[in-house]
Amino acid sequence: MVPTPSQTVGPFFSFGLTEGRGCVSCIAEPQAKGERVRLVCRVLDGDGAPVPDAMIEIWQADANGRYHHPDDPQHANADPACKGFGRMGTSEGGICEFDTIKPGRVLGPAGVLQAPHLNLAVFARGLLKQFYTRAYFINDPANQEDPVLALVPKERRETLMAHLDDRGEGRWKFEIHLQGKHETVFFDV
Amino acid sequence: MAMENLTTKSLAVTPYQRHESGTQPEALYKPYRSTLLRAPLKPLIFLPHTLSEVTGPVYGHGNIAPTDNDLTGQHEGAPLGERIIVTGKVLDSNGRPVPQTLIEIWQANSAGRYAHAKDQHPAPLDPNFTGAGRTLTDADGTYRFVTIKPGAYPWLNHHNAWRPAHIHFSVFGRAFITRLVTQMYFPGDPLLAYDPVYQSVPDEKARQNMISKFDLETTQPQLALGYKFDIVLRGPDATLFE
Repeated sequence: MVPTPSQTVGPFFSFGLTEGRGCVSCIAEPQAKGERVRLVCRVLDGDGAPVPDAMIEIWQADANGRYHHPDDPQHANADPACKGFGRMGTSEGGICEFDTIKPGRVLGPAGVLQAPHLNLAVFARGLLKQFYTRAYFINDPANQEDPVLALVPKERRETLMAHLDDRGEGRWKFEIHLQGKHETVFFDV
Repeated sequence: MAMENLTTKSLAVTPYQRHESGTQPEALYKPYRSTLLRAPLKPLIFLPHTLSEVTGPVYGHGNIAPTDNDLTGQHEGAPLGERIIVTGKVLDSNGRPVPQTLIEIWQANSAGRYAHAKDQHPAPLDPNFTGAGRTLTDADGTYRFVTIKPGAYPWLNHHNAWRPAHIHFSVFGRAFITRLVTQMYFPGDPLLAYDPVYQSVPDEKARQNMISKFDLETTQPQLALGYKFDIVLRGPDATLFE
């Protein structure tokens, strides 16, 4: 059977998806194991203007690299305080902020460990389908051996890096450029 | 880490099927003007599926109120408009039902106006209609909503542009990559031929899968017209099964 086509989320999704109980800013509870991270995402269009009507969804593993999902062979031991899912709409400034922990390393192709990363899906008016990207942590030595980063041309890897933001401890910034010279790497999944 | 304890077999990830060419919209579709500055233009990087892609959030369970699937019962009075029942199944591309997965819908009211502060269409709001609902599919993938038929509405994409009546659907499925946001349309709508969002899907048959079917069996006497709308999500690569 042919999967149903995607259509844009449009400009008016907030009352259906990201307000009230639909807003999931806390990916990992305060008691979750691991290094606390406040991930500040900012979405920009091809002119560098903020995108105020985007939705970002995040999916990540716990501090030990275990996903809270039955298809992860280690899920029985996953941290119950890290459900791993976040979803928010962007502000007028194109920004949304998630509270979470730095995930552990997850197995990748051929049993090679992946570097710590968060999986992101971006939805917006003007996007006819969601686009997938990943946020890695800059200067993490594991990035050097990450099998997915290795698939990305060197000069574009920087677009997948979250950077420490000196405005607060554990605060990381991740910019998503939908288009333009610094267009973020998006994956064909 | 406990990685050493796992056998190679248990580490194997079953990949999901990839979309056939033309069955999904491209990023850039010029007739839909909002894609011009927002659609990614550089080539996507092909990603072999890892645990990060084939797992996904189990979300929304335990957070569903009884009126969440009846959008006509969320306020004191009845909303204006044509009452409808929308029902169907969520299946994967192997034809297997997708049970216990969250479906969220949102829509304009019968006059074509969204309960959203930024909707400037000068059609009346309906104090008895918000237009948002959610439900879980049951064990055989079935879902059901009661709502009212949304109105068409104008937008500024091109001269005399009107969106055909539609209900937005958001579905999770089993994996992060099965996530689907789409729109359900109504049969026989003359606006479909002029709508760049609908027309952005190149393959005509795939496109038509977004149109619901009128269904007399779902229709209830003196109450509501019935529409059937099945949703198909990507399934695991079938060649690796059985």
